Amino acid sequence: MTDTPVVSCNDLMITYDEKVAVNGLSFEAFAGRVLAILGPNGAGKTSTVEALEGYRMPSRGSISVLGYDPAKSSKALSSRIGVMLQEGGVHPVMSPTEAIHLFSAYYNNPLAPTGILQLVGLEDVARKPYKKLSGGEKQRLSLGLAIIGRPEVVFLDEPTAGVDPQGRLGIREIIMRLREQGACIILTTHELPEAERLADEVLILNKGKKVMQGSVQELLSLGSKSVGVIRLRVASSLDRELLANTAGVDMGEVAEELPGKYLINAPGTPERIVAITTLLASLDISIDTLTSGTANLEEAYLNLIEGDANDS
Amino acid sequence: MTANHISPEETGWKAGLNLVTQSGKASAFTRRLFAQTRLEATMTLKRGESLLLTLGIPIVLLIFFAEVHILPASTKKPIDFLSPGILALAVMSTSMVSLGIATGFERSYKVLKRLGTTPLGRPALIVSKIAAVLLIEIVQAVILILVSLGLGWKPSGNAGEAVIIIILGTASFSGIGLFLAGTLKAEVNLAVANGLYLLLLLMGNMIIPVSKFPSWMATLARALPAAALSSGLFHSLNHGSPVPAWAWLVLIAWTVAAPVAAAISWKWE
Repeated sequence: MTDTPVVSCNDLMITYDEKVAVNGLSFEAFAGRVLAILGPNGAGKTSTVEALEGYRMPSRGSISVLGYDPAKSSKALSSRIGVMLQEGGVHPVMSPTEAIHLFSAYYNNPLAPTGILQLVGLEDVARKPYKKLSGGEKQRLSLGLAIIGRPEVVFLDEPTAGVDPQGRLGIREIIMRLREQGACIILTTHELPEAERLADEVLILNKGKKVMQGSVQELLSLGSKSVGVIRLRVASSLDRELLANTAGVDMGEVAEELPGKYLINAPGTPERIVAITTLLASLDISIDTLTSGTANLEEAYLNLIEGDANDS
Repeated sequence: MTANHISPEETGWKAGLNLVTQSGKASAFTRRLFAQTRLEATMTLKRGESLLLTLGIPIVLLIFFAEVHILPASTKKPIDFLSPGILALAVMSTSMVSLGIATGFERSYKVLKRLGTTPLGRPALIVSKIAAVLLIEIVQAVILILVSLGLGWKPSGNAGEAVIIIILGTASFSGIGLFLAGTLKAEVNLAVANGLYLLLLLMGNMIIPVSKFPSWMATLARALPAAALSSGLFHSLNHGSPVPAWAWLVLIAWTVAAPVAAAISWKWE
């Protein structure tokens, strides 16, 4: 294992005609670690990963994957990286067995096709055409094809999208095994619980720019506007200003996520909890749930994205 | 490798998932080429519409027009004109229409994009596509020649010259097919390739002799690779006379121009 980053971007800019997809992005990723790239639609996640894979030529800045510029050194890199596209990539009439045997022929020292088929759990559909596989089976096949050449750097674009819970578990296990073997894994995802489970580090993008990079714990502490949050669910909507005054916080710290579902960015001190329950009692509103604790990754992420939108 | 590049040892990469690895004896390029060629040929044979186009239609046209004498003929026996023409049609079907349409859809299915990050590489992909086309053309030629012989065709001439003409025709039509696939969306490419197939079938000296066209149309037809290919095959297999210079020139020009245009327009996605 090395402290030298195996993937690095410096001041990366990617444009499509006039549109800027990624602007001034710098980050690093290391061997034996999982980096999750998070961000809303259009944040620049796929553009960034595609530039790392060599599909996109940056308009500005530099990229290094295992010390090579991916746009210029595809030959040197192709046997050392593994790529899982967001969708497609296999002939519709090709079966998993055919695809895995074909891809194994591309590499000098591939994993055994039967082992891969077993690893991704596709033995039962080994001879079924790709077009007839379920979404989850397609994803698992795509993952198998990405790792068959024993890659040192693995790019996974939305690896668990459309996969059932059991399939997700299998994909997670494979990713963790790759990580243990020393591979650098870079994945994009919309699914924050997935990132929370898998990632050593997260990189949050918004509108093509980096919002933050750090460990999940750092994201949680940065994204929590205070040292704690209170989650409240009641039968009917409340006046946000009244709720904020009662909790002793600014109105901006109270978010109504759904009608009757509130997130208050403030520690759940006994005094604050009493004040809130007293208010609800005076309004004769019954409580469905009332909890206090720290923000989860989703809340921290939304706070950071919201904060970034307010700043820009 | 320069000092800045990171070796597998430096990344700490181990054997990989503790699965058995497989080692190959063949050289990397040959192994990839063989696997990809087999795949390309298998995929073509798995597509029903492709089989219809490459084998079904040429056989039906050959038998029908050999038995039903409704087309203007330039030879005593219609089969003497039809056999080389239908061979040319088979070459065009496989190398332009089937290859072009399949490649267009491979792009839309992101198959080409996915291959772009594997060690296969562009040269091996292109060579394997051409090799698969040639393999299918061999099957087509064997079947069509057997059917033609059954219909009374008595070929004479220079088979070696015919093979060279078929290779030039394959390169020309493959270039056209890949150029269309590189510049048009898959669905538009499908329509254009089929339209072009029909146009060249009519204007390509395959079932209707170019000599029966008005002079302006004959001149236009002779500038296209279809008429050059079919005329070249007709003279090399049937007629006993040398292949006309214009057919060689037109074929060679298309053999250079079409693949170059395809290479320039090529896109992985």
